[in-house]
Amino acid sequence: MNRSQHILGSGLVFAVGIWVTWVSYTQQPSEAFLFPRLIASVFLVLAGWTFGKAVMGLSKVGSGVSRTMFLNMVPGLAVMLVYVFWAAKALGFYTATAIGFFILLSLYDPAPHSEGKTWIRRALITAVFVAVMYGLFAKLLSVYTPREILF
Amino acid sequence: MEFIYYFGDVFSPLSFLLLLCGTIGGLILGATPGLSPTMAVALLIPFTFHLEAVQGLILLGAAYTSTVAGGAVSAILLKIPGAPANIATTLDGHKMAKQGQGAKALQLSFLASAAGGIFGVLLLIFLTPLLAEWALAFGPSHLFWLAILGVTVIGSLDSASVVKGLLSGCMGLWLATIGFDDIMGAQRFIFHPSLGGGINIIAALIGLFAIPQVLTMFAKGRRTTGAEVIEVQKHSVLDATRELFRRPRALGIGTITGSIIGLIPGVGGQIAGLVAYDQTKKFSSEKEKFGKGHSEGVIAAEAANNAMVGPSLVPLLTLSIPGSPTAAVLLGGLLIHGIFPGSDLFDNHPDVAWTFINSMLVGQVLMCLFGLYVAGLAARVAQVPQSVMAAIVLALSVFGAYSVQSSMGDVYVMACLGIGMYFLERFGFSAAPLVLGLILGPIAEANFIQGGMIADATVGKASYFLTGGLNIILIAVVVASIAYSAWMELRSRRYTTKEEAQA
Repeated sequence: MNRSQHILGSGLVFAVGIWVTWVSYTQQPSEAFLFPRLIASVFLVLAGWTFGKAVMGLSKVGSGVSRTMFLNMVPGLAVMLVYVFWAAKALGFYTATAIGFFILLSLYDPAPHSEGKTWIRRALITAVFVAVMYGLFAKLLSVYTPREILF
Repeated sequence: MEFIYYFGDVFSPLSFLLLLCGTIGGLILGATPGLSPTMAVALLIPFTFHLEAVQGLILLGAAYTSTVAGGAVSAILLKIPGAPANIATTLDGHKMAKQGQGAKALQLSFLASAAGGIFGVLLLIFLTPLLAEWALAFGPSHLFWLAILGVTVIGSLDSASVVKGLLSGCMGLWLATIGFDDIMGAQRFIFHPSLGGGINIIAALIGLFAIPQVLTMFAKGRRTTGAEVIEVQKHSVLDATRELFRRPRALGIGTITGSIIGLIPGVGGQIAGLVAYDQTKKFSSEKEKFGKGHSEGVIAAEAANNAMVGPSLVPLLTLSIPGSPTAAVLLGGLLIHGIFPGSDLFDNHPDVAWTFINSMLVGQVLMCLFGLYVAGLAARVAQVPQSVMAAIVLALSVFGAYSVQSSMGDVYVMACLGIGMYFLERFGFSAAPLVLGLILGPIAEANFIQGGMIADATVGKASYFLTGGLNIILIAVVVASIAYSAWMELRSRRYTTKEEAQA
C-alpha cells in the first residue's frame, strides 16, 4: 500500500491520541479523568508507535484504499451521507429510504441502465422493501420515526 | 441439572416461533456472503426491544447459531464462505458439490454442525454454573483486570498487528468514557451534542459491524457475485447420517477442537475450523483425499465451527467477558434488558439464563432439520446483487440505530463510527477489540474507581491492584497473550521476508 496512506491514517489516529491525552490531563475535576488518563497514556504510546512505523515505511498490515475502490465507493458514500445527515430527518425516514434505496440500487446494480425492464424491477424492489420496513417498524415495532413528506 | 427445569419454556408458542424465525432467518443470512454472524445479530437487536429479555435472547442466540451453519451453504454451493468460520468447509465441500455430491456435503455439514453444536452447548450448560460460582470470589481489582484481559486478548489475538489491535482496544475504552462521569457528573469529551448521553452501545455495534460491510460492497462497484450455484441432486439423509457415524474421528476432532478453541476469548470460528481440518487431515488414513472432496474435511470443519458457539458464551455468561465479537453483541442484547451476566444472572434470572441456553440446544436440532430444506433457497439469496444487500443493510442500520431511543444523535454516531471503522480496517485496525473496549470500558472504570477507594483506605493502589494470587495470574495472562501474539507476528513477518527474498 501507498506509504503516504499509512502515514495519513496513523497520523490521524495519533492526532486523536494527542487530543484525548491533552483533554484528559487538563480538564477538571481531575478525579473524573483518572481512568481516561490511564487509557489516554497507553493510547498515545501505541498511536505514536504506529505513526513512527508508518513514517519509517515499516507498516505492513492493511491494504489501504486503492483509487478504483475509492472511486467506486464515493457515489454510494455521498448518497449515504446525504441520507443519514439530511434526508432522513428533512424528508422523513420512509421517503428518504425510498429515494436513497432506489438511487443506491441504480448506482450499483450490474444490470444495464438502458433497459426499461431494469428500471421497473428496481422501482418494484424499492417499493416492496419500503413497504416491508414500514410494516416492520411502524406497525409491528411501533417505532415513531420523523415523518415530513408523504408518510 | 437446573436447566431441565426450564426446558419446557423453550416450547411456549412465542419463544418457539422466535426460535424458528431466528433459525431459518439465520440460515439465509449466514449463506449471504458479506453478512457476518456478528453483523446479523447486531442488526437484529433493535427487534428485541419489544420482547421479553428471554425471548429477545432466544432470537439472537438462534440467529448466532444458524448464521455460522448457514455460511456452509454458500461455501459448498458457491465456493464463497458465508462467514470466515466456513473457510475450511470450502476446501472439500465445494469439490464434493462439483463432483455431484452437493446434497451429501450439505447434509453432512448440517449434521456435523448439529452434533458439534450440541456438544458445545452441553459444555456451556455444565461449565457455566461452576464458573459463575467461582466468579463470586472476584473483587474490584480482579474484575478490572478481567475487563482489561478481555480487551487485550481479543486485541492481540484477533488482529493482524498486535499494536494496532491493542490500539483499537484503547480507542474503544476511550469511546466508553465519552459522556457524563457517573460519580462526579463531569462532562468528558462531549464535543458534539449527540454525545451528551455517551455512545449508545447498540448504535455503535450496528455502525461498527454493518457500515464497513456496506462501504466494502460499494467499493466493489457494479459487480455481480460472479458465482454460479451448483445444482443439488437428491441424497438420502439416512445415508449421510451413516456416513457421519462412519467418520467418528473427524467428528470427534472437530467437536473437541472447536469446544476448546471456543473457550479461549478472541480466537474465533475461523481458527476452529482450520485447526480442526488440519488436525483431522494429520490423523486421517486418507490424507491424500483431503482438498479433493473428502467428507471428513467437511465434517471436521463444520463440527468445529459450531462446537465453538456454546463455549464462546461461557466467559460472557460467567464473568461478563465476551469471548468473541458476536458474544459482545449478545452482551449488548442482555444489557438493554437490564440484565448483567455473572452470578447475578443465574441467581436472580435463572429463567432467562437457562431458557436461553436450552433454546440454543433445541436450535441446533432445528438448524439441522431446516438447514437441509432451506439450503437451496439460501444459495439463491446468496446470489442477490451486492447493490441490493448494501442498500438493505444501510436502511436497516439507520432504522435500527434510531429505534434504540428514538434519537437522530444515535444515527449520526452510528454512521460516523461505521465510516471511521471502514477506513481504520483498511489500515489494519480491527473492529472486534474496539467493540470489546466500548463494552468493557464501563466495567473496567467502575471497578478501577471502586478498587481505588478500597485501596486508599487499606493497602494502597499498587498493592491492591498488582499483588495477590488472582491479580498476578490475570496480569500474567494479559502479558502472555500480548507476548505470544507479538512473537507469532514477528515469526510470520520473518517468514514473509524470507519468501519475499526467495521470490
